[in-house]
Amino acid sequence: MGSNSSSMNNIPNAEQLVQETGFSAAHILRLYERFQFLDKDDTGQLRPEDFGAVRELAMNPIGDRIISAFFSPGQETLDFASFVRVLAHFRPADSNRTRDGAQPEPANSSMGKLKFAFQLYDQDRDGKISRAELLQVLRAMLGMQVTEEQLQSIAERAIQEADFDQDDAISFDEFRKSLEKVNIDHKMSIRFLS
Amino acid sequence: MAAIWRFALFLCMLLMVSSSDTGHEPPEEDASSSKSDTSSGTDSGHDTSGDSGQSGTDSGHDTSGDSGQSGTDSGHDTSGDSGQHGTDSGHDSGDGGHGGEPITTLPIVSWKWHHVSTPYLVALWILVSWLCKLIIEANHHVTSVIPESALLICFGFILGGMIWGADKVQTFTLTPTVFFFYLLPQVILDAGYSMPNKLFFSNMGAILVYAVIGTCWNAASLGLSLWGCHMGGAMGDLDIGLLQYLLFGSLIAAVDPVAVIAVFEQVHVNEVLFIMVFGESLLNDGVTVVLFNVFDAFVSLGGAKINAVEIIKGIISFFVVAFGGSLLGFVFGLLISLLTRCTKNIQIIEPGFVFVLGYLAYLTAEMLSLSAILSIVFCGMCCQKYINSNMDESSVTTVRYVMKVLANGSETIIFVFLGISAIDKTIWVWNTGFILLTLFFIFVYRFIGVFFLTWILNKFRLVPVEFIDQVIMSYGGLRGAVAYGLATMLDGNKIKEKNLMVCTTLIVVYFTVILQGITMKPLVTWLKVKRAAASELTLIEKVQNKVFDHMLVAIEDISGQIGHNYMRDKWNHFEEKWMSRILMKPSARKNRDYVFKVFHKLNLKDAMSYVAEGERRGSLEFVRNETAFVDFKKKFGDEFTEVMPDIMADTSEDHSGMSTMRGDPVPSVSLEMHEQNMNGVRETEDVNSHHLLQQHLYKGRKQHRHRYSRSHFDVNKDENEVQEIFQRTMRSRLESFKSAKMGVAPPKHITKHTKKDQLQKMPNGKSLDKSRSYHSGDEDFEFSEGDSASGFEASGGSFPMRVTYRAGAGIENPAFMPDLDPLAQVQIPPWLAEAELDSSMVAPSQRAQVRLPWTPSNLRRLAPLRISTHSTDSFMLADAPGAQQRDNERLPPPPPPPPPPHRDDDHM
Repeated sequence: MGSNSSSMNNIPNAEQLVQETGFSAAHILRLYERFQFLDKDDTGQLRPEDFGAVRELAMNPIGDRIISAFFSPGQETLDFASFVRVLAHFRPADSNRTRDGAQPEPANSSMGKLKFAFQLYDQDRDGKISRAELLQVLRAMLGMQVTEEQLQSIAERAIQEADFDQDDAISFDEFRKSLEKVNIDHKMSIRFLS
Repeated sequence: MAAIWRFALFLCMLLMVSSSDTGHEPPEEDASSSKSDTSSGTDSGHDTSGDSGQSGTDSGHDTSGDSGQSGTDSGHDTSGDSGQHGTDSGHDSGDGGHGGEPITTLPIVSWKWHHVSTPYLVALWILVSWLCKLIIEANHHVTSVIPESALLICFGFILGGMIWGADKVQTFTLTPTVFFFYLLPQVILDAGYSMPNKLFFSNMGAILVYAVIGTCWNAASLGLSLWGCHMGGAMGDLDIGLLQYLLFGSLIAAVDPVAVIAVFEQVHVNEVLFIMVFGESLLNDGVTVVLFNVFDAFVSLGGAKINAVEIIKGIISFFVVAFGGSLLGFVFGLLISLLTRCTKNIQIIEPGFVFVLGYLAYLTAEMLSLSAILSIVFCGMCCQKYINSNMDESSVTTVRYVMKVLANGSETIIFVFLGISAIDKTIWVWNTGFILLTLFFIFVYRFIGVFFLTWILNKFRLVPVEFIDQVIMSYGGLRGAVAYGLATMLDGNKIKEKNLMVCTTLIVVYFTVILQGITMKPLVTWLKVKRAAASELTLIEKVQNKVFDHMLVAIEDISGQIGHNYMRDKWNHFEEKWMSRILMKPSARKNRDYVFKVFHKLNLKDAMSYVAEGERRGSLEFVRNETAFVDFKKKFGDEFTEVMPDIMADTSEDHSGMSTMRGDPVPSVSLEMHEQNMNGVRETEDVNSHHLLQQHLYKGRKQHRHRYSRSHFDVNKDENEVQEIFQRTMRSRLESFKSAKMGVAPPKHITKHTKKDQLQKMPNGKSLDKSRSYHSGDEDFEFSEGDSASGFEASGGSFPMRVTYRAGAGIENPAFMPDLDPLAQVQIPPWLAEAELDSSMVAPSQRAQVRLPWTPSNLRRLAPLRISTHSTDSFMLADAPGAQQRDNERLPPPPPPPPPPHRDDDHM
């Protein structure tokens, strides 16, 4: 469509993003519109506060974690390319897209998805989910419904289930192993409208 | 074994056959007259009420036998019997033996077959069907190849053959009334009740498409094709019009839930595939019944009168009937949920409501000519969540089991009678063209329909349905009893070839259930269909799933899409805000979090396997000491997993007698009681926990006092006794706690320490006893906090005021206070004293370091015992704030210090 292609031109590095993330041009365009919508002051950069405009996100127990997952450590802003790259984790895995060895693993592989999930827990980015980190997530999700005590024992138990090397924390490998039975592709994909 | 059962079955059948004979022989002679003259209103009326099958004809005969003589009423049996006797053939002369002549003397015993015949036959048939199942299930090597449903049908053939052999007429067939009113509802209710809702709704779109469009497609294509072939002359001379073909198509279009579940249950395909086939089969039953009614009406109207208006009316009625039925079911589901909110006082019949209301939902829908099947499906689906949390746990189990008993039972009966119904010469009209073409078209159009619809759906689905899954879905298009039930409902006057349709339906059913059923498993294996992973329940996985859900919602929000995660989230919010509030008990609402439930379940499982393991090890200890520990664990719930091993380990330290087993040191990291590999530890744990238990155990003074009560289950649950158990437990804990303390240091000394003191002192190394008290206090917190919502942080303050620990539990017990002091000094359990020394040596270092190789375990091992034992007194404190001061003087303080270092990180 003519209008599309014209606006495609406004998007920086659009072609490259398509290449890199596997989103179609239409997807990118749509996401760009969304990006602009969120980017209230038109700086081309999103700040964490901008996500506050999404009302539902405030109700999401792990909403702020998700937001912070968009920002790489130390960075306060997010440009469109990174925005799309993060969202690319949630693109359904495509079976027909041949992966050449040279290319890095795409974000939407189940490994990429898992990594994203993992870092939601791993706030201090030390490659391990400590008990405290797990507990935080649990507390956010279970919140009012259970007591602190119960939360702790749940965390304890969850850690024990996954913790194979007995270091009282879940490393990424352990994390991956504990979710082996889960179909990550299904659980961590959404349908992006174009 | 199997032989015995076969023999038993044979006996039953003999009995039955002979009994049916009694009803039967006479009609041979006056069949025509009997049919006309009796019309047997009364009898056949209540006959159908029961069973499966013997149906109108049978009862008609019965009464006709009677009617020659007396009224049709079963009350008159003796006379009826005698009347029959006259015409009966020899072999049941016994029946009439006591017979009917005017009574001249008082009969001591009399034979009253007719008095009981109907319910008796019903019960007998149920028994026979279930025995068939029993025989089948006893032969595992057979069922692994041939699905049970197929075998049941074969048994039906045999039984039917016997009846036919005896009667020369098929006495028992599956009648629509019996099937739709007494056999089908419970199967469907069970399906709805145990429906995995989340899975269902996330595939709802696809299921609806298959169920509605797919079924219509099947019906239309089959009807039209057959008609076309008819026109082309492929079937010879048949009196079937286009509308009748369509009617036939609609009745046979639906995939049957009973057959599908029976087959797919044994195959274990992946859950998405399963829910598609299963959901489709459930919903399209509703659809097919609606279609059937519409076409039936069209046939009655006659082709000439059908114009656009009628067709539009038909379409409208289709939607009204389907959605109305669903809505009605929904309403009934809400009703059940509401009702179970207030059935606390009648727990015994509380499960009954579910069945009664479910059945009423079905009947009401039937009454309003809405879709009864859809109604009961949705009723089951929407009440499951609420009743499961509203009702008592045992009631939930009851519902679940009774549901299964009913569903499985009637499923069995349905299949057996599907078999029996076939052995009837009168219905068999063979028309090769019609039958073969039907089979062929059904098979082919099912494939075409599924593939076409999936092709469309895959354009919209996040996870496309794979090719292989499509094959299985198409191949899983089993037809079943619903089709047969509808076929027999056809009006023979309007549809001349009813019998041909009935027998074609039967053949289709046999073909799909038996042949496709048998080949399904090999096909699934051969095509390497993704199976359901038999995964163990793990907490981390459930937690993660929840994170995934939230994550997807967030991502949809951020990327500004309204996808199905978004919708689900909205629904969840709505559900939580309104429906749960209205429909759930407040108490149930509290603990309904999914992760929490899983956790609870896991804990229960652990507790169970713990006991089982202990018993398996055969230690006499387990025999001598009952396992109060388990109760204890249940009571305190989850926080225990962590503490419990410690307690066990603790005692282990000190029992010289038992410590022989304790070869290996207890690992310093907290032990997982369910971990299988730590054998050495486990043994000691077991032994020691027994010891511990013994002390805390209540031994009932009276042995079981069985009281019969219709409304209560509990035996021996005396209020006083419960009280006493509680008090005793508390006292003994206090004692041991106190005595342990006193053994080392004067209580006074300790009491003086406020929390601050301790805090200050602790770090620098302190007197042994102090550090000890510190720990115990800490653990105590942990332990007792389970119920009070005050978090750790809160407890960091001075004396924690806890809310009541458990209703009725924390009574202030005057008798118990005075006791304390004297006892305390006297009794220092040796192991405790010892342990103290142990731990006290260690304590300082423990202060300093979070995880010494062995210290923490030792410490923690030690602490919890006292802690756990002493924990109750903190409840006391909380309950009786007034008494607190007093207690303080007597008891060591339950200091509320900050968590020990190794826990700090929990709190951040």
